[in-house]
Amino acid sequence: MTETIQNSVISVLIEDESGALARVVGLFSGRGYNIESLTVALVDAEQKLSRITVLTSGTPMVIRQIKAQLKRLIPVHDVCDLTEEGPYVGRELALVKVVSSGERRTEALRIADSFRARPVDTTATSFVFELTGSPEKIDAFIELMRPLGLAEVSRTGIAAIGRGPSVFHLKKEPV
Amino acid sequence: MTAAERDAGTGNEALNGAEVLLRVLDEEGVEVIFGYPGGAVLPIYDALFRQDRIRHILVRHEQAAVHAAEAYARSTGKVGVVLVTSGPGATNAVTGLMDALMDSIPLVCLSGQVPTKLIGNDAFQEADTTGITRPATKHNYLVREPGALAQTVREAFEVARSGRPGPVLVDLPKDITVGKAPLTKPALSRLRRLSHQGGPDAEAIARTVEAIKTAKRPLFYTGGGIINSGPEASELLRRLARKTGFPVTSTLMGLGAFPSPDPQFLGMLGMHGSVEANMATHGCDLLIALGSRFDDRVTGRVDAFSPNSFKVHADIDPSQIDKIVPVDVRIEGDVRDTLEALLEAWGDTPAPDLSTWWNQIASWRSVDGFGFTQDMTPSAIIRPQHAVRRLYELAKETGRDTFVSTEVGQHQMWAAQHFQFDRPNRWLTSGGLGTMGYGLPAAVGAQVAHPDALVIDIAGEASTLMNIQELGTIAQYRLPVKIFILNNHYMGMVRQWQELLHGSRYSQSYSEALPDFVKLAEAFHATGMRATHVGELDDVIRRMLAHDGPVVADICVAEGENCYPMIPSGAAHNQMLLGPDQDSEAAGLTEEGKMLV
Repeated sequence: MTETIQNSVISVLIEDESGALARVVGLFSGRGYNIESLTVALVDAEQKLSRITVLTSGTPMVIRQIKAQLKRLIPVHDVCDLTEEGPYVGRELALVKVVSSGERRTEALRIADSFRARPVDTTATSFVFELTGSPEKIDAFIELMRPLGLAEVSRTGIAAIGRGPSVFHLKKEPV
Repeated sequence: MTAAERDAGTGNEALNGAEVLLRVLDEEGVEVIFGYPGGAVLPIYDALFRQDRIRHILVRHEQAAVHAAEAYARSTGKVGVVLVTSGPGATNAVTGLMDALMDSIPLVCLSGQVPTKLIGNDAFQEADTTGITRPATKHNYLVREPGALAQTVREAFEVARSGRPGPVLVDLPKDITVGKAPLTKPALSRLRRLSHQGGPDAEAIARTVEAIKTAKRPLFYTGGGIINSGPEASELLRRLARKTGFPVTSTLMGLGAFPSPDPQFLGMLGMHGSVEANMATHGCDLLIALGSRFDDRVTGRVDAFSPNSFKVHADIDPSQIDKIVPVDVRIEGDVRDTLEALLEAWGDTPAPDLSTWWNQIASWRSVDGFGFTQDMTPSAIIRPQHAVRRLYELAKETGRDTFVSTEVGQHQMWAAQHFQFDRPNRWLTSGGLGTMGYGLPAAVGAQVAHPDALVIDIAGEASTLMNIQELGTIAQYRLPVKIFILNNHYMGMVRQWQELLHGSRYSQSYSEALPDFVKLAEAFHATGMRATHVGELDDVIRRMLAHDGPVVADICVAEGENCYPMIPSGAAHNQMLLGPDQDSEAAGLTEEGKMLV
C-alpha cells in the first residue's frame, strides 16, 4: 500500500436541495479531507441535479474513503473519480485585474494575448482579463502578471468532464 | 383558500399538519414516542392529546428522550421516535443523536421549529437545527411546504431503517403543523438506490469459503451489525460457528449475538477484552469481520493489528471496508445475507481440524485475565467485578428475560466482562460515542418496550448523575427498573488513566459531595438500598430483584480498583496490561500512546 499523496478530481451528482452543498463541504471539513477547489452548479433542471467538481488530495486509501463517504450522503446520486477513470478535461475560469500604466501596461496586454486571455473590462489604468484553462496555466499567467500590476484575482475552481463518448450522468430510472 | 387546504379537501377530511404527522407515524407502526413539549411543538402535543393510538412518554430532559428511544429501538428492532421542541429542545437532543449515529441505531427525531417566516430572524427558541444536527444524523430534513410533510416523514423512517441504520431528524416549523396539510399517498421512494441490491458478491463468498477451509488459526470477529441485522443473523452466526468449529470474538456492541457462556466464545476483544480474544486476534491466520468496523478500541495500534492474518470484512456500509485496516476480501451487504450465503456455500463440509489452535486458545484462556479475588469475610470491601458477577448469577436464577443497560466507564467494561448474554438485543450500551448518562434513560426505553422484563442499569455513580432526573420518568410510569450503582467515589476510568499515565495525579476525578443515593431514590418515590460490605451484597441484590418497583442500589465498592486486562492506547494486542503488578512500559505504555485517547 502506497502512502503517496495524490490529487484527485471527483465529480458528484447531487440533488439540488437545501443544505446539499453543506453536507458535502461538512463531510470534507469534519473528516479532515482536503478541498483544493470546489465548483457547483445546477446541470439538470428537470431532475434537479447539480454537479459538484472537487479537486482533492490524499493517500489512495483516503481518496477511496472520500468517495465512499460521499456515496453515503442521501442526496448524492453518483460519484465519479475522473482522475482514476481515465482522461478528462479540467478547466478553470479566472478574472484577473491588472492596474498599471506605460510599459508595464503594454507588456501585460502582450502576455495576455499570448495566453488567449481576453480583456473584458478596460480603463485608462486597468484591465480585467478573462482566462480559461488548466489551473497550472492560470497559475502561470498570474505569476507573470504579478510584476505588471496584478491587483485582484477571482477564480472559479476546476470544472471537469471525462473525455470520449462515455457518460457519467443522468440515470433516468427512479432513484 | 391555500393550495394545501384545497389538496387536503380532496381527502375525506381536512387535517392539520400535526394530525397528518400522527397519521403517518401510525402508518409506520409507531407505538411510543419519547419526548418533551414546548412552544414550537404545541400543535403536535395537542394532536397527541386528541388520539389514543400512540403513547407518549414524558422524559425530564431531551437527551434522555433520545437515549430512551435508542434502547427502545435496540431492544425491539423497531425505529425509536423522539419529539422535542425547537431551540434548546433540539440542542439537548444532539448528544443522543450523535450517540445513535455512532452506534447505528434507527431513530426518527421530530423537532419543532419557529414558523417558516421567522426562520433566520433569531426568533425566540430558534436554532439552526438542521445545521447543528447535520453531522450528528444520517440525514435530516426541514419541512418547508405542507404538501411535503407526509412524504418527508415516511422517507425519514425509510432512511433510518434502511442499509446501515441511523438517526434522522425532521425539523417541523410551527406553521406547517398548525396549518392544513394533505395526507398524500405514499409515493415511490427516491431511495431505492440506498438499499444494497442483490445478495453478497458470489466470488467474495467463494474466496471466503476457500479461506475457511484452509485456515489453521481462524477467528470470527463479530459486531453490532449482527444485532442490527436482526435475531436471524445471530442464529445464522451460531450455525456457521457450529459448522466450522471456529472461535468467535465480539465487539462491545455485538455482545449477545453469540452466547457468552458458549465454549466457542472467546469474550469481547479490544482495549478491555479477554486475553484469549486479543491473543487470538493477534495470532490468527484468518480474521473474518462480520458487521464490525475496526474501531480504535478494538484494534489498538493499527499497524500491529492482527499482523499475519488473511482478512475478510463483511459490512452493509461500504465506507467501513478498508477504512482503517486494509482487507483481502470485501463483502458488501446485510450480514444476514452474507451468513446465509456462507452457510449455503459451506454445505455439509466437515469442520476442519483446529485442535492445535484450540489448544493454543486454551493456554491463553488459562491466564484468566478477568480473574479477581474477593475476600469473602463479611466485612470485606466489595470488589466491583464480584458485584457484577453476583448480579448476573442472581438475575439468572430469576429465570426472567433480562435487559442490561450501562453508563460509560469502568463499570461498563466490568459489565461487558462479567455479565453473560445468550440472546441478542439484551445489551444496551453506548459504544462509539461513550456517552456518560446513557444507561438510566436507556433502562427507561427498554422497560417501556418490555414491561414484564427485568431491566437493570449497571451504573457508575458519576455517570448516572448525568441523567439522574429520569428517576422522575421512572416514577411517573411506574417502571420497575433496577439501578445498580457501583459506587467507588471516582470517575473510575478517568482515575485509572490518571494513575497509569499521569503519575496518579487525580485531577478533578474524585466525586465530591455525592448525594445519599438511598434518600435520592426515596425522594423520587423509588426504593433505595445500600451494600457497604460483601456480607450485605447478595441480600441487597436479591431484595432488589424481588422488588416490584424501581430500585436504586448503592453498592459501595473498592475505590482504587482498575479494569484489566487493558491494552494501553498505542499498544498492540499482545501487549496487554494484565494487572497492577505488571511493568507498564513492557506492556506498551508509551509517551506516544499518551497522546491517543
